[in-house]
Amino acid sequence: MKKSIALGTSAIVAIAGFAYAEGHMSSDMTLVSWGGAYQASQQKAYVEPYIANNPGVTAVWDESSSEAVAKLRAMNEAGNVTWDVVDVVAADAIRLCDEGLAMEIDHDEVLAPGDDGSSATDDFGDLIVSDCFVPQIVYSTTFGYRDDLVGDTPPTSVCDVYDLEAYPGMRSLERNPIANLEWALICDGVDIADVYDVLETEEGQDRAFAKLDTIKDSVIWWSAGADTPQLLADGEIVMGSTYNGRLFSLIEEQDQPVSMLWDWQMFDLDGWIIPAGLSPEREARALDFLRFATDTQRLADQAKYISYGPARASSAPLVSTHAELGIEMAPHMPTDPANAQNTFLFNYEWWADYRDDLDAKFQAWLAQ
Amino acid sequence: MTDANGTIVAADGRPLKASLNRALRREKLRAFLLILPLLAFVIVSFIAPIFDMLFRSVQDDITSRTLPQTVIALDDWDYEGAEIPSEAVYEALYYDMFFAAEAKKHTALGSRLNYETTGMSSLFRQTGRSLDEMGGNVIEAMEDASEALDDSAFWASIFLTQDSSAGSNAAAARAWATSIADMELRLPVGTYLSDGAAEALPNAARQYAAFAMFTHIVDEDVPAEEDPWESVWLALAEDLTASDLRYDGIGAEQLAAVQAAVAAPMADFTYTAAFLDQDEDWADPEVIGTIKTFSSPYTAGYFLTAVDLELTPAGAQAVDENVQIYITLFWRTLWMSMTITFSCILLGYPIAWLMANLPDRKANLIMILVLLPFWTSLLVRTSAWKVLLQQQGVINDTLVWIGLVGDGSRLALINNATGTIIAMTHILLPFMILPLYSVMKGIPPSYLRAAKSLGATDWTAFWRVYFPQSVPGIGAGCILVFILSIGYYITPEIVGGTKGVFISNRIAFHISSSLNWGLAAALGTILLVVVLALYWAYDRIVGIDNVKLGG
Repeated sequence: MKKSIALGTSAIVAIAGFAYAEGHMSSDMTLVSWGGAYQASQQKAYVEPYIANNPGVTAVWDESSSEAVAKLRAMNEAGNVTWDVVDVVAADAIRLCDEGLAMEIDHDEVLAPGDDGSSATDDFGDLIVSDCFVPQIVYSTTFGYRDDLVGDTPPTSVCDVYDLEAYPGMRSLERNPIANLEWALICDGVDIADVYDVLETEEGQDRAFAKLDTIKDSVIWWSAGADTPQLLADGEIVMGSTYNGRLFSLIEEQDQPVSMLWDWQMFDLDGWIIPAGLSPEREARALDFLRFATDTQRLADQAKYISYGPARASSAPLVSTHAELGIEMAPHMPTDPANAQNTFLFNYEWWADYRDDLDAKFQAWLAQ
Repeated sequence: MTDANGTIVAADGRPLKASLNRALRREKLRAFLLILPLLAFVIVSFIAPIFDMLFRSVQDDITSRTLPQTVIALDDWDYEGAEIPSEAVYEALYYDMFFAAEAKKHTALGSRLNYETTGMSSLFRQTGRSLDEMGGNVIEAMEDASEALDDSAFWASIFLTQDSSAGSNAAAARAWATSIADMELRLPVGTYLSDGAAEALPNAARQYAAFAMFTHIVDEDVPAEEDPWESVWLALAEDLTASDLRYDGIGAEQLAAVQAAVAAPMADFTYTAAFLDQDEDWADPEVIGTIKTFSSPYTAGYFLTAVDLELTPAGAQAVDENVQIYITLFWRTLWMSMTITFSCILLGYPIAWLMANLPDRKANLIMILVLLPFWTSLLVRTSAWKVLLQQQGVINDTLVWIGLVGDGSRLALINNATGTIIAMTHILLPFMILPLYSVMKGIPPSYLRAAKSLGATDWTAFWRVYFPQSVPGIGAGCILVFILSIGYYITPEIVGGTKGVFISNRIAFHISSSLNWGLAAALGTILLVVVLALYWAYDRIVGIDNVKLGG
């Protein structure tokens, strides 16, 4: 009898608690992401289990991450922010935080601790590059090459991109100074530790552009992540840079004769922000979703669908096999030790300063 | 009817002229009321947003809004003199920046100024992080001197009062804080800034009032329960070291103890040194000069940047050759749009002629062929051109197969200006064909027959009789195609590579990527003016009345 009363009470408390929480959270949310395979992986790994746990909640996707900063600014000026959780790259998150368009988050309070007991800030470590940013995946910009166009000696170094004699033909690079200038300097003999110091100087910038000049006529410049995979599949280019997940799907899912070149891959981060100025109900829902979607298991689950590394250290041991292909995902992660021998991380603070200036130089150089 | 004066009057006895005018006015009013909803809709949803966007090309009040006191203090500073600004500038900068950092407005200003001078973004962000450490010695000495200062309520009791006769609403502090926070701030209802404190401790009272307003409105907390910011402490130390201090209000005793303790650390403290310790760039005339140059609410800077000049503290000057791009892009946009328009005439004229002169059944078939691509998604059509034009694409493969070009020397038809011209000519062709067709349809075939029967050759009959009558169609088609192509963006982005992109691709970049909306607005304004100028020129030369969109 006593037991059943206790059970009854706890059930009432649980129901009351549920009702309380539900009553203070909005029941629908708009998530913003990049579309394609990446958004599909988020839908399967985060949203479907979240909705299964919270029946009655509806989630709508908006595929606007590529212009999230501009749209959020416009929404903010119009006083009508319609997004609840937005997926952006780290550089955009920093910018949004700077502009006051994203909400600052206390990571330890808002996010779940790691499965191994570490606090959220320890678990994410250095990847929390902004107070507004909740890291989700580590991806990299790296090279893929056509097996049938590189002869008997496939490229092993990023500097082979600059070797027109050994690997004649077109290459593709992003129409953007970021990563290209770093690679140019590395291949011009600059030590990775000095790259940004050199790039700060006028001479260093000239040096990087001079190196790029040596292959300028053999480069197709891409602006969308799908360009390089398409160019590789069509045999338009010998090698080209793009996001590692795009190359994974080209190689493993579409079975194209393409291989990865992991040398000096550039790491970058992608994650969530919550727009500033949401109503308390929507903010509560967004935070609730964020806590669920960035816990250890959920981040590890996402790697079943796409080859991007989970941002939590505690998720890495849980990464399993691809949901459809059944292959081990760990060797395809940019963070896998075999792949990560030579890497560098996008220097956010540095690029925040130099982006405007170097972009103008880069565009003028392209137009010459 | 006429009245005694001989003027014609209507049936009701009013002068006919006035009566007619009245009826006409009523008609006009009725007509106006009919279009009023549409007019209002167009103004609200189209014209107003465009002007709002264009206005951003000159609007630049972020500096004067975020650093109001600094901008005033900088009035006396001269860039040419190349001297480090006075202590008053750094003092104003400290208080402006401190409040801006609390309101999270300093980083937006840093991003704005970084468009002009590289490094401003991180300078503002990093300085914003370390502002609360500035004057640490002074604050420590104050804490040691009196424990009362650790009590938030003690501060409130000095500066705030519930008595409206002994206080004011702190209008100056309110204006200052509202400007930086970019939102309406005020003290809690029934709370006033104490007159006694405001008179004896002016700096601290102003800072405390700003702190209290921000705590009340933004944080939604009670000021008396929150610890004041470091800026309030420093302002109090400043007031207490002033030579003629006469304060006898609440807490005078404790403040006297603090006053004795801060004299020594304050003697060693300067705002200048605090900023230079944080970052030596704060003494750089370029940095201070940039703040001063962009401190007025309106700027010509964006327009100068849009024509490859730059506004520097030393005045407007040309940018380095290796960053000049906009003039190149404007020229490229113009000549490529003209090439595309001309290609459209060459290809569209014969088709329109066929459509206008073939029997209806065949003409309708051609019409469907013209319209079918028109109804297909723009992206699909552009991507299809990619498949056709690339080096391993259909056209190159065919040419190699025929033997016209060698396998090693395939033509570069895409990712350059050629690709843009081919793809855009195809995409814009219907805009040329349709007006041409509708004009040609209205030219009676009997004119050509008459010309021929009078002895004209086929060519003369076409050139002297038919062609002049079809010119209004060419004019309409040209205006449509040219104006559409000058603002085109998606097709050049996909097939244009680096040599085939337009100015609109840079506008898109500044809108969505660099967030430099002022520059994007300036580029857009220039583009608009160029189009209007060309339209005007067209009107002067050809006459806009000669443009026909339909028969």
